[in-house]
Order: sequence, then C-alpha cells, then structure tokens
Amino acid sequence: MGLRNRNKRRDIVSQTTLDNAFDRRTFTIGTAMGGLGVLLAARMGYIAIAENEKYELESESNRVNLSLIPPRRGWLLDRNGAPLASNRADFRVDIIPERTRDPDRTVAVLTDILELDENQSADVLKRIEDSPGFQPVEVASGLKYDQFAAVSVRLPDLPGVVPQRGFSRFYPTGPSVGHLIGYVGPANAEEYEEQDRNPLLITPGYKIGKDALEQQFELDLRGVPGARRVEVTASGRIVRDLETREDIQGDPVRLTIDGPLQDYAARRIGLESGSCVVMDCETGDVLCMSSMPSFDPNSFSQGIGRVEYAMLREDERVPLRNKVLKGLYPPGSTVKPMHCMAFLDAGVKPEETIICGGGRRIGNRFFNCWSNHGSVDMAKAIYQSCDSYFYHFAQQVGFDHVAKWAHKMGLGEEFPLPVTSQFYGTVPDPAWKKKKFDQDWQPYDTVNSSIGQGYYLTNPLQLAVMSARLATGNRVMPRLRLTDEKPKFEHFDFSPEEIGYVRQAMSDTVNGPGTAGRARLPFDDILMAGKTGTAQVVSLSISDGKTGPWKYRDHGLFVFFAPFDKPKYAGAVVIEHGGGSGSAYPIARDVMTFMFDPAKGMEALRPLEEQWGGTAQQRLNQKYRAYAAAAGEAVPPVPERDEDIFDQVEAEARVAARQPEAIAEDASPSRVDTRSAEEVSEDTNSARPTSSGSTTQATSADDPE
Amino acid sequence: MLFPLFVLIGFGALVLFSAAGGSWDPYASSHVIRFLVFLPMAFVISMFSRELAQFFAFPIYIVIIVMLMAVEAIGFVGGGSQRWLDLGFIQLQPSELMKPGLVLVLARFYANLPIGLIPTWRSVVPAAALIGTPVALVLLQPDLGTSLALAFGGAVVMFVAGLPLRWFLAAGAAAAVLAPIAFFFGLQPYQQRRVFTFLDPESDPLGDGYHITQSKIAIGSGGLSGKGFNEGSQSHLNYLPEPQTDFIFSTMAEEWGFIGGLVVIGAFAMILGWGLKTARESQDRFAKLLATGMTATIFFYVAINLMMVMGLAPVVGIPLPFMSHGGSSMMTNMICIGSLMMVARWNRRAPRTGLIS
Repeated sequence: MGLRNRNKRRDIVSQTTLDNAFDRRTFTIGTAMGGLGVLLAARMGYIAIAENEKYELESESNRVNLSLIPPRRGWLLDRNGAPLASNRADFRVDIIPERTRDPDRTVAVLTDILELDENQSADVLKRIEDSPGFQPVEVASGLKYDQFAAVSVRLPDLPGVVPQRGFSRFYPTGPSVGHLIGYVGPANAEEYEEQDRNPLLITPGYKIGKDALEQQFELDLRGVPGARRVEVTASGRIVRDLETREDIQGDPVRLTIDGPLQDYAARRIGLESGSCVVMDCETGDVLCMSSMPSFDPNSFSQGIGRVEYAMLREDERVPLRNKVLKGLYPPGSTVKPMHCMAFLDAGVKPEETIICGGGRRIGNRFFNCWSNHGSVDMAKAIYQSCDSYFYHFAQQVGFDHVAKWAHKMGLGEEFPLPVTSQFYGTVPDPAWKKKKFDQDWQPYDTVNSSIGQGYYLTNPLQLAVMSARLATGNRVMPRLRLTDEKPKFEHFDFSPEEIGYVRQAMSDTVNGPGTAGRARLPFDDILMAGKTGTAQVVSLSISDGKTGPWKYRDHGLFVFFAPFDKPKYAGAVVIEHGGGSGSAYPIARDVMTFMFDPAKGMEALRPLEEQWGGTAQQRLNQKYRAYAAAAGEAVPPVPERDEDIFDQVEAEARVAARQPEAIAEDASPSRVDTRSAEEVSEDTNSARPTSSGSTTQATSADDPE
Repeated sequence: MLFPLFVLIGFGALVLFSAAGGSWDPYASSHVIRFLVFLPMAFVISMFSRELAQFFAFPIYIVIIVMLMAVEAIGFVGGGSQRWLDLGFIQLQPSELMKPGLVLVLARFYANLPIGLIPTWRSVVPAAALIGTPVALVLLQPDLGTSLALAFGGAVVMFVAGLPLRWFLAAGAAAAVLAPIAFFFGLQPYQQRRVFTFLDPESDPLGDGYHITQSKIAIGSGGLSGKGFNEGSQSHLNYLPEPQTDFIFSTMAEEWGFIGGLVVIGAFAMILGWGLKTARESQDRFAKLLATGMTATIFFYVAINLMMVMGLAPVVGIPLPFMSHGGSSMMTNMICIGSLMMVARWNRRAPRTGLIS
C-alpha cells in the first residue's frame, strides 16, 4: 500500500515505519474481513430471502415424494350385471432394477421366499435385464399374506424390492372370455410414448388393457389415479405419509354378453377348435361369442410365463386367435337359405321345382350334387340341402344379384363393434374376381359360390348376423355394449309369407325331414330352425374330409335361430376341421337348450365334460402341467381361487339363479318371460326324441361337395 | 470476548442436537465436552509469558514438523488421505497443530529480525522455508485445504510484518500464472472436479454438484426466520451431506433462517474484531504479529467454510470454527483463542504508551 514511494530506492526501514505499515496493513486486513463478512451476509440474504421461494420449493420436492395410486379398473359386466372382469385385492412384490445392487442374489432370495419356480425366476431376471431400470418389474402377484409379510420383514437386506398391496384383474370364467375380453398388462415403452408419457402408465402395478374389450374400453375403465404424498429421505426411505387421495375407480362397462351363456358355449365346444355366436334378433345384442381353445386371461394379466406362452403359440388350434372375428371359413351350405331370399327377391316362386339327378348340367358341364333328390322345390332345397337347385337358380338370377343380397345379409361386411380387428372375408362376384385375379367370371364360379364354396369366406359373427337377418327380415346390427335404447332396424322388402316360408324350411332341417335331425331341442314347445354346412378344406383327392389328419378334415358349420316362428335368438357355430356339420349342430342345440332351460343344458354338458376331463379351465391347467412337465420344467400348482364371489357368471350359477329363492337381480327376467310367453306352433309332425347327444362326431347325412 | 464464543459454542451445540435428529448423542454432548476441555487449555496458554512463548516457538515448530514427517511414515489413512497420528492415548492431526505453530514461529522470526533487513531477501527466504516445509508435507498427505490455510496464515504474518508490497504483488502475479498450471498438473482428479463443480453446480446435480446444491437449498429454504428448531428437512432426511461438520452452517440456516445466520456471522465478526483489536493494541512486534496471525487463521476457516456452503467457493473440507463437530478443529481454534487471550493479557499488564498507534 503505502510503500510504493520508497520502492525504487534502498528502503529505509525504521521501527516507526514498520509500526505504521502494520497499522495500515492490519486495517486493510480488517477492512477485507469486514467486507467479506458483509458479502457473506448479503449472499445469505439473497439466497434465503430473495430466492427463498425457489429453494423452499426445491426443499419440498426433495422432501415430498408424490406417488400415484393406480386406479382400480372398472368392471366389465355382463347384461345382467354380473362381472366378467373384476378386481381382486392382492399382494404383490415389485423390484426396481436400478436400486438393486445384485439382481441375481435378490431374485434368488425372493425365489426362495415366494416359492417361485425356475421359469418364473428366469422370467423375472429377463424382465429386469430388459427394463429401463427406473421402472419396477413385477416379481410375483397374487401372493398370500404370509409371503408378503416374509418379504416385508427382509426388506433391509433387499434393496430395490417393493412389496405392495394392490388389485389385480380377475376374470371369473378365465378362458371362456379370453378372446372376447382380452387381458391387461403393464404398458410397454411404445404405449408409454403414445399416451404422452402419462406417468400413470409406469406406475408400479398399473396395467392397461392389452387386447379386445379391455383395450377398446381402456379410457372408460381406467378411472382416476389416487395420489400419496410421503416424506422420504435422500435414500428413498419413506418416513411418513403426509396425505393420501383415494383413487376413483373406472366406470363399469356393461356388455350385451350373457356371462353364463358365454361360459356354457365355451365349455360346450369342448375339445374342438371352434366358435359359437348367439345374438338377440330383436336388439342385435351379442349374447355370446365364444372362441375355443383359448387362453386364461388371468395368467396373462399376471405376466404370462414363457412355458405357458410357448404352449399356446405352438398349439395348431391357435388358442391365441379369436376365431369369431378372425377365423375365416367357406360358409358352405349355410348360405343356402340366404341365397333363397335372393332368389325370392329376383322373382323365383317357392313352388318352382327342378329335377336333381344327382347333379345338374350348367352350361356344358355337369356338376354333382351330394345326393339324388329328384324333384326339388325351395323348401326341399333348404332342408335337404340340394346343391342342384342352387346351381340352377343362381345361374338363372345371376350371381351379381346373389352377392348383393349376401352383403345385405351381412356377409363380407364389417360391423361397428368395439373390437380390435375383424376379418371380413369375401363375397365373390364378377367385379371382385376381375379386380382380384383379372379373370372373367365363369359359370363354374357361380356354381361353386351358389353353395358357399369357391372364393366365399366368412367369419362366424357374419354367419350369426346373417342368421338373425334371415330370421327377422330386418337389417339387424350386432352390438356389444348394452344401452337402454332399443335399436330400430331397417326392414328388408320381404312379405311375411316369404319369410315364414324360409323359416319353415329351416325348421324342417332340424325338426322335419332335414339334414340335422339330431339338432332338435329337447322341448316340445320351442323349435329351433337351422341350416347345416360343411366346408371342404382340401380337395377330395387328399382327404375325404371326415377322417385322417385333423388339419385335412372339413369344417363343420351350423346357423340357427329359435323359436323358429317367432325368432328371438339367432346364432352360428363353426367347428374347425370337425369333419362335417355333425360336429357343429349338437353344440348349437345344447347352447340353445341352455338358453331356454339352464338345468337341462348343464345336464347335457356335465357327462361330456367328464368324458373330456373337466371344464375348459381345468383342461387348460392340466394341459399346461403336462406341457411344462414335457418341457422338463417345474410346474407350479394352479393357484386356488377359493373366495370367489363371482361364481354367478359361471354356467352353474344360472341353474342356481333359477331356484325360487334366487336373488332377483341375478336372474334374467326377460329370458324367463320370453320363454313363457312363447306360443310355439306344433305344426311339425316329427316328435323324434332328441338324443342327449354325448358325441360331437355324429355321422348324420350332410352335404359334402 | 468470551461472550460471542459462548454464543457460538451454545448455538453450535443446539444445531448439532438437531443434526443428530434431536439427540445429544453423538454430536452435541461431545461438542460441549470438548469445549469444556479446551477452554481451560486456552486459559493455561494465556498464562504464558512473552519470554516463554518466544523461547518455545522454534522447539514447538520443530516438534510439529517431526510429527508431520511421522505422519508420512507411520500415520494411518482416514478419509482418503494420511493425516492422523495415533499416539496411543489420543489421535492427533499434526497439520492442525501446525496452523498456530507456524504463526508462532513466524512471529518469533520477524520479531527478532533486525529491522534493517526487512526489505531484503533475508527476511523472505528463511520465512519461505518455514512456511514451505509444512505446506509441502501437508500437500503430500494430501490435504489441500489445510496447506492453503497454512500458506494463508503465513502470508498474512509476512504481510503485516512490513515486507515490501511489491513482493506480494509479484507473488500474486506469479500465482495467477502458476494457478492454471498447478490446477491441471498438481491437483488430484477429485479436487479438479470439485472446482469444476463449483463453477457450475447445476451441471451435475446428483453427482459432484450435489453438496453445493443441497446446501443452497437448505440455506435458501430457511428464509428469514427458518423452519424452526428440529424442523429442518434437508438435514433430518439426509439430503444435506455432513450436516454436523462442514455443512453445519446450512443445517443452522435451514432451521434458524437469515436471522440465525446474522447471529453467527456477527459473533465471528466480534471475535475476529477483538482479535485484530488485540493485535493493534499490543506494543511489541512479536505480540502484534502473533495476534494478527492467529486471527487470520480463524478467519480463514470461517471465510472458506461460509463461502463454500453458500456456493461461493469450491467444496474443500474445512469446518466452521466453534460450531462444527470435530476435535482437531476445536483444538486449533482454541489454541488460537488462547494465544489471543495471552496477548490481551500482556497488553493489560503493560501500560499503553499512547504515542505509538
């Protein structure tokens, strides 16, 4: 400081100058100290007062951890209010990979406590490996309280492990509704991105609808998540709860499905691979759309194991495909009544006859019929399924006209249903063929198409819709979501006589001299009308369609409605490779029997299930055990569901509900009323006793082409 | 003078009580006990006569140098560097003892240096050796914070001893040139990282910037009057690292707010002011230099620690005197206080001349 003036020369330093320098310099130091003190005070004031708000916020966000409580998913209800999909309170253990020091060891410990098998622990390790780290991975759910408690006690040794109480989705009837309802599962990375990184989607334990109705009604079912504010330490340990906002459960979605009927139909299909659709002709309500074999959505929702998935994938009966919407089959003779409507519309009189000489010459070629029917009118052509009649009149009115009616009746159409996808198949006509193959329509195309073969492809839902439209003469539209309003349908321009004529002919198929005598319902006052169909899969040179390798056997089809003179229900049954329509109509018969009299329906089903080795659920579980055993893996016991309050949706529950003491709301008054009010005409002569039919491989006469 | 000291100790004990989650153990009780042990020690030091203090300056210095060397040879490692000497009954950190020791020996050196030699090399070279030896030994441990504290204490004594100002300017210029070189070649990677972090704490809020960020959150969220005693979430929920030692000021500020901070800064200002006043009031050169050096040593602790917790300096492990939990720093600071009390006693005994300053 003050020494500068003496710097150049030899400094003269004395006691006095030193003391002066000391005083000046200590003063400087004191000033610097004071200045720094003021600076520090100012800095602190700036942080603590000017920026207080910002830091208080940061401190709060440090201290308080907001975690979402997954909302309970809305229930999917059947038309009577019984749950097809509900939630069960359960215990669950998650693992957060990035907080786990040694995943292998942790999973080993958990495997021990939770009694997991090798597959499950291998699955968990794989999922941990694949996960982004911050996202919890489910180790196991549906745990017993003891196991849950055992994990909770050992938490200090298991960093990253999170035991949770939550809800898991529960499907009381399991595989019966697998295809219809779909399943739920944790959102994957794409779904998270698609939904604008909704934090709910990566909340542990939250699952979104993955397929079918669960996916379609996702937003209705989702609900509003709750929130839990907790105080946490820097290491993430929860100190205390601050505030909890309860979740709001998602809205229930009420379906037109009749739960017990859905279950019954699925079980009645038995060992076959096929599907069954039943509709309400008056409203279009889809009462059942069962597709079997199926998967158990319960095990999908808990994260399906690799073994089970492999088993489902490898099955040639494709249990992962919804055959109602995605199974396409040549409709075969089932389209004949509908073609008759097209003939009627084109001015063909029902009384007009042709001579079937075991076939008929069309153009310059002779086409075989499956039998020699002699003189054939429209009614006989339907109940005897005479091919020659259709060769002739399809050629006469032109297939364009027939195809137009096929579309009107619902074939080749998509319906406005809340489903993920439907395959709509093909109704061939000249324009289509030209476009598709660049070839002209030939007489043999008319011949093939007139009996539902050739390029014709339909799905079972379309066949059921066709049946409902035939039965009523109305343009019935199927629907899956139940509403109070009664839909109005456009009426086709047919006279009641014309409709009555076709109804009667289809009734004769079952109750008269027709091709499906054994499809007669076990009631004197309710007659079912129907039409059989057999769809060839490979040429006759490879297989006769009835025996030999399963894959080469004919598909069996049956469309029906009942009661025949005042149709209330209509439907379709398609059995893949069933060897002919004999595999299909006993199922339709029993399903309709159950519809009108559940006790009688169960009587027919029980001996069959004994023969097959249990219900669909039981057989699926057995199959899994056998498959897993063959794969050389340990097999877990099938989880018990003892506390089921949801039994009412199972087929047995309907029987119980019909007891006089039955709770009113569980019963289905409309069905009871309808049945009792029905005046079923007794004009059919045949009183053939219906066999209680314990075999599905009946060998009744049919119409092989 | 003792009043602000008691305020700091008492306040420190309260904060330590809170930092332990509302318990006297393990911090607050031992803090008070240590103070009660070192306070008599300070009184004992204050009883020394000027002659005795001058006589022991060099022997004490040499003993501590030997201990520093011993640390290199046989000391044990704690917290990543080798600082501790286990004497059987006590674990000693000789580098801490060196801080007052170095001030003492430099004061002794300049007090006896003929006045005419002040502007010559003979006033610098021996002093540089006296400072450089312990600084080098401490750097070897390695302990950058303490070596900086030693260098600072030594430099202040040289400064007030009246050495030509141009030398300090030249040294400052040289340091400005050498600092980047030293930074890149002399510092450990973890030390370099701390400096980078200091420059931009938000660059790595979960890693190296974590300490500074959390400390600022603690101070900032305290506001004017704080969250209340035992209510600090930053310290209680472990967000604040080392809430009982280096970051005790943040712990305090969170619960007591800006007002608590002013009390602490004010108490330090009173102690340091008293230290400088003592220095200026003393008559002889030895006392002046000794008191100034001791004050500067305490000041260095306070300034660096407070700047660090407020995000004005990089994180260096320097505790806050009289408040942080820790025996070594308490001992060093109480030695400084004892020495200042000693000088104050000398001042009281010798009547003031009134002419010189």
